[in-house]
Amino acid sequence: MKRFLAILGLLTALALPGFAVQPDEMLADPALEARARTISTGLRCLVCQNQSIDDSEAPIARDLRLLIRDQLKQQKSDTEVVQFIVDRYGEFVLLKPRFEADTALLWLAPFAILLAGFAFAWKRKRVPVNQSQLSDVEKSELRHILEETSRD
Amino acid sequence: MTVELGHFALVLALAVAAYQFVVPLLGASRGDVRLMNSASVAALLQLLLISIAFGSLIHAYIVSDFSVLNVAENSHSDKPLIYKIAGSWGNHEGSMLLWVFILSLFGAAVAAFGNNLPMALKARVLAVQASIGLAFLVFIEVASNPFIRLANPPINGNGLNPVLQDPALAFHPPFLYAGYVGLSISFSFAIAALIEGKVDAAWARWVRPWTLLSWAFLTIGISMGSWWAYYELGWGGFWFWDPVENASFMPWLIATALLHSAIVVERRDALKIWTVLLSILAFSLSLMGTFLVRSGVLTSVHAFAVDPTRGLFILAILAIFIGGGLTMFAWRAPALKAGGLFAPISREGGLVLNNIFLCAAASSVFIGTLYPLALETLNGAKISVGPPYFDLTFGPIILPLLLLVPFGPMLTWKRADALAVMQRLWWAAALALLATILVYAFAHRGPWAAPLGMGLGVWLIVGSLADLATRINLGRTSLSISLQRLFGLQRSIIGTVMAHAGVGLLVIGVVAASLWKEEQIISLKPGGSVGVAGYTVTFISEQPINGPNYDGRSGTFKINRGDNEITTIVSEKRIFKPSGANTQVGLYQTLWGDLYIVMGDEGEGGSRVVRASYNPMVSWIWAGAFLMFAGGVMSLSDRRFRIGVPKRAKAAKPA
Repeated sequence: MKRFLAILGLLTALALPGFAVQPDEMLADPALEARARTISTGLRCLVCQNQSIDDSEAPIARDLRLLIRDQLKQQKSDTEVVQFIVDRYGEFVLLKPRFEADTALLWLAPFAILLAGFAFAWKRKRVPVNQSQLSDVEKSELRHILEETSRD
Repeated sequence: MTVELGHFALVLALAVAAYQFVVPLLGASRGDVRLMNSASVAALLQLLLISIAFGSLIHAYIVSDFSVLNVAENSHSDKPLIYKIAGSWGNHEGSMLLWVFILSLFGAAVAAFGNNLPMALKARVLAVQASIGLAFLVFIEVASNPFIRLANPPINGNGLNPVLQDPALAFHPPFLYAGYVGLSISFSFAIAALIEGKVDAAWARWVRPWTLLSWAFLTIGISMGSWWAYYELGWGGFWFWDPVENASFMPWLIATALLHSAIVVERRDALKIWTVLLSILAFSLSLMGTFLVRSGVLTSVHAFAVDPTRGLFILAILAIFIGGGLTMFAWRAPALKAGGLFAPISREGGLVLNNIFLCAAASSVFIGTLYPLALETLNGAKISVGPPYFDLTFGPIILPLLLLVPFGPMLTWKRADALAVMQRLWWAAALALLATILVYAFAHRGPWAAPLGMGLGVWLIVGSLADLATRINLGRTSLSISLQRLFGLQRSIIGTVMAHAGVGLLVIGVVAASLWKEEQIISLKPGGSVGVAGYTVTFISEQPINGPNYDGRSGTFKINRGDNEITTIVSEKRIFKPSGANTQVGLYQTLWGDLYIVMGDEGEGGSRVVRASYNPMVSWIWAGAFLMFAGGVMSLSDRRFRIGVPKRAKAAKPA
């Protein structure tokens, strides 16, 4: 039961599900195409549930893929291309949220919990005391018991 | 008629659950033996009644009784029998019924096999178990009734979504639910222990096998889902950090932690309070997993508004059991006495570390899954949290744990000699380093992390085997004596070795398939070919196909390696009656990688878009998961779990 809810809509809308990137979209330059694929995997398909535009068959995902390739052909850097998309569709498209006031908790909380776990465990640690030393009273008691048993 | 019978049985089960919730608790607090013992009868009766209810729904699916709304909406007379049966739990209402069925099955198991439990503890456990059943039965009755009849039955049903018509997915929900529900037993034991104010080794001996069983079911259920996603969705991915996957992964992580901490309670009488808390958390996450997936709230907060009764009910059940469980914990946990002491470097210390890492890892999944929802509710900001987030949070948290795994089983209880452990592991470390260097030297592409990942996998596998080698004195005594010792080992030790080595296989598979994947997307006419990872894939031809409930086209592909013809594989596009379509991936699997061929859309002049990818060592992922599962089962078969469960030090005092 993975993402069938998301693709359910697509499956019923399209007679045949194709797959995401089509040969006619791809750039001739392999290096540029590889960059386009990398950027695509980091951007969310806006109408899908948690799918990147690289995975998605939705028309808007195709439009975005073409837009990215178009921008790359204009010699823009990866950061500039991503910013270009974010300017138009908002930060919702980023599958990796930026570190901002809103998302500081998101990024830091797991590590804070890890550290808190260490701190808690360290504080609660109770080392067993070295019990090898017996007091004089205990020693005499022990000798007494041993003598009694050996007599039997 | 059978459906009405089932519905009637369900209502009766509700009444029995209400009885089983109240009366045994009363009996336990008054010390009334007859009231306490009636819990077992009630639990068995519940199983009988819910079996009738669930059986009648399955029957309605098998005979395609479309006068039942649930059947009409989710089945079709042309479907193969297996998917008619699986269709009964492939929807919200039916899956809830499956849930209570498994719950009653496990409750009955405690009733039937729990004769060595103290009477009051058993009565209380069954009462807590019944309270969960009661909540679900009321929910089914009020907001998710699968037995509703239609006044005007349709000629045929709407069918089951074709992507769900698959053997792995047919049995994915029952396994997953068996895992979720199994954790309810640990939860019930935890609550019963809080009521009694007592946790001891006998308690842990009961909680541990149940946790182990649930964990094994979750492991196999999650990996079945992942395997299905791999070959059915046609993308070749195996894990997407999708909220639905995360919902099942969180209880798995906490159950893994619980599994380890319960060992400490059983063997050393320590970490008791912590283990009780983990039991509550594990089941809380299971409840969330069940509901969040089914309610659609993860897609959008507005899903609740579509069906307010259902949404409110779900929130109420979550609040009662999670809130109630944690409140109970806060109130009663201080009454539990802390047990055995241990030094930081000891088996106990190692298990504490394991728990800290696993809980922090689970928290990163939890936060990543629910943060967008929380943020949108708070200030309306919409963000997405995808795979890159989990790679950067879950990854660094789980990595040190993986590195530490081989040390754990080698540490001695109470106080361990770190140097001695390292001496026993040096050759495992050397082999891992060697593997890293070899992979680095021979893998001509891929990022630098790939050789390190391979090394980590080898470290986990060899490190686990090193523990085994030490225990049987391999190489220090004659081989026959070593073999004798091997067969004399406790099965739980062998189970541990298997599960830890399974993690190693899984790591290797994940790293290889993620970092070394090769892919070609190309438009091919019949006769055309494309090369990927040293193979040549030739598109031979395509033909029309006719299945039991679908039509479509199939494409035949010839696979060559150099001049040798290796095999011919077929990829299909199926169009289902009454609706929907899917792709059947053409798969050529070897130990070292899968050739994965998807036939895409029709192009100009009889050409087809073809995607051919090579997924290196991807099957190691499921082999590893299966080894983990098998390790769990092996450990479960340990005779200590079957016989010799110690009696409690003191019988619970009747109040």
